[in-house]
Amino acid sequence: MATNGLRASSIRTLAVCKKEVLHLVRDRLTFGMVVMIPLIQLVLFGYTINTDVRDVPAAVADSLENSFSRQLVMDLQASQVLDFRRTVHSPQELEQLIASGEVSAGVYIPPDAENRYYTGDRPYAQILIDGSDTVLAAAVTSLARFPFLPGGVVSNRSQAPGLSTRLLYNPEKRAALFTVPGLLGVILTMTMIMFTSIAIVRERERGNMELLIATPIKNIELMVGKITPYIGIGLVQVSIILFLGVLLFQIPVAGKLVSIFIACLIFILANLTLGLIISTLARNQLAAMQMFIFVFLPSMLLSGFMFPFVAMPKIAQQLAEVLPLTHFLRIIRGIILRNQPLSVVWEDLAFLLLFALFFLIISTIRFRKRLE
Amino acid sequence: MKLAIEVKGLTKTFGSFTAVNQVDMRIPENMVYGFLGPNGSGKTTAIRMMCGLLEPTAGEITVLGMQIPARTEAIRQQVGYMTQRFSMYGDLTVEQNLDFIGKIMGVTGKHLKRRKEEVKEQFNLQSFTSFLAGELSGGQKRRLALAAATIHKPRLLLLDEPTSEVDPNTRRDFWDQLFTMCDQGATILVTTHLMDEAERCHHLAIINDGIKVADGSPAALKSDLAAAIVEVKSPRPAQIKSHLHSLTPVISVTQVGMLLRVMVDPQLASPLEWLSKELASFVDVEIRTSSPSIEDVFVMATRKMSRDAEHGN
Repeated sequence: MATNGLRASSIRTLAVCKKEVLHLVRDRLTFGMVVMIPLIQLVLFGYTINTDVRDVPAAVADSLENSFSRQLVMDLQASQVLDFRRTVHSPQELEQLIASGEVSAGVYIPPDAENRYYTGDRPYAQILIDGSDTVLAAAVTSLARFPFLPGGVVSNRSQAPGLSTRLLYNPEKRAALFTVPGLLGVILTMTMIMFTSIAIVRERERGNMELLIATPIKNIELMVGKITPYIGIGLVQVSIILFLGVLLFQIPVAGKLVSIFIACLIFILANLTLGLIISTLARNQLAAMQMFIFVFLPSMLLSGFMFPFVAMPKIAQQLAEVLPLTHFLRIIRGIILRNQPLSVVWEDLAFLLLFALFFLIISTIRFRKRLE
Repeated sequence: MKLAIEVKGLTKTFGSFTAVNQVDMRIPENMVYGFLGPNGSGKTTAIRMMCGLLEPTAGEITVLGMQIPARTEAIRQQVGYMTQRFSMYGDLTVEQNLDFIGKIMGVTGKHLKRRKEEVKEQFNLQSFTSFLAGELSGGQKRRLALAAATIHKPRLLLLDEPTSEVDPNTRRDFWDQLFTMCDQGATILVTTHLMDEAERCHHLAIINDGIKVADGSPAALKSDLAAAIVEVKSPRPAQIKSHLHSLTPVISVTQVGMLLRVMVDPQLASPLEWLSKELASFVDVEIRTSSPSIEDVFVMATRKMSRDAEHGN
């Protein structure tokens, strides 16, 4: 009996699934959007918007450890560009911290820094920068001309010696390297939420819902059947974006495709269920679109796609943590730009999975097989 | 006698508006049961409550021996529902629509293939298999909807104005098919606002402003009509009509071409004689008694209620 029920259930779910695919194939506009949105957006977004960067999380490796080095760290902190959160012992540890994404910059003060400063022939300290975020990197790089005066004494020299800076990952500072993985997230957010947010509302508007809810179909079968075809659509879009990304912007994806697709799959699920909940809330397609914008705009502005996440006010950061795109950007930039394995970003992946599950359950509960 | 549907004290309010008011109904199995009422009388609301699409404000519904809402899902497997508005998928073909509904209703595999062929033949859809449902004519759409509603061989069919926007020939075929299904054991509840359709039902309930005002077989309803029917033929019916309206024993006057159908208070000893006297001043008038029609029953039932309401106020 239980297996019978399961079989009947999967037949109904597949029937809904097949019907959605038929709708999609018939609807040329939606079908065109699947291909055209990634294509056009990828070509259009060739640039990022610049902004002031503050409080970049940083670590320091101080091999000198005297009043000179302590003052240098405090002065750098006072510049508000860097925010020192960790102290380590070697430049290698700094690189590890940046690789793990914990900090975006590291300051190394060599044992002879004070000597170098007064001799003035070599840079007296080095700043390591995560170059994958170009806006952030540019801001930190400018610290090379940081006017440091030890002891606060007016120096007799006309020009203070500089700090050396080194970009890790993305040494050429190519914005596309940063933008394209982000666009992957933005395009998926846009199309996935948009498609599903009208999925149920449309049936209601066209009068199909009255028939559908008079059948023995279960809520969960309807929900799962409705979103499943879009998983395939989403993965097609991912392929298009990656292909164009490699072709037009030389994004390095080789060897990481499996990680990229797993991350995208989980992100697609999160967006589809978000669209689904909108679809159960909205009365008509217009309302669904308004709700979609309500979610989409913060995703664009707060997720770290447009402005560096670490540079945003605390409250905005907390708000952004709710958005799937914020987590996805962290994951995908880590994978594509810093070569991180999925295990490093498991927390963000877990968030997206729970997010998807939560909204699938909520929309299943919320959807009433009633007309009121 | 087993009941397909039993409804007690069924009430539905939307805000301050009462769409269905204290309706009791007992629909026996294996018959075509008509639900007659004007537009907006509460027929659709009542039928929607019977398939669990709307929650009643008050009252009890038992369908095929099972209670709503507790057993709604089980009921849905044995009920076919045809909505008033076309609710098939317009961008899917006839075949795809039948396939989808069949699977959702639990008809699968070879059985589904056979049932699809059967309903296509029964409802004359074979030549439209690959047509998009949205491109079918009104009659074809109705036939597709009925085919879909019956693909799982339901024990009970709920049809909400199935023949609106359909030409008379298609309508006759449609009703023939209803009786065929009834012969095969199905119970059919059909709403209509058309008198000739109501006349064909085994049993009829008349609903007006959410209240059931009459209930019985068409023959019984007609013979129980509390009025005498007199037909008046005249070349100038308009003048006679306005004169008749001024007479108290006249319940209603309906014009059919040159003919006036006059409903008269049955307490008059001889309605024919009385009317001849009243119309003596008009020339070329022919008067004869007639047998009541369902329309007369309908007019009487809905009129009685509005008069009662006036008395109440």
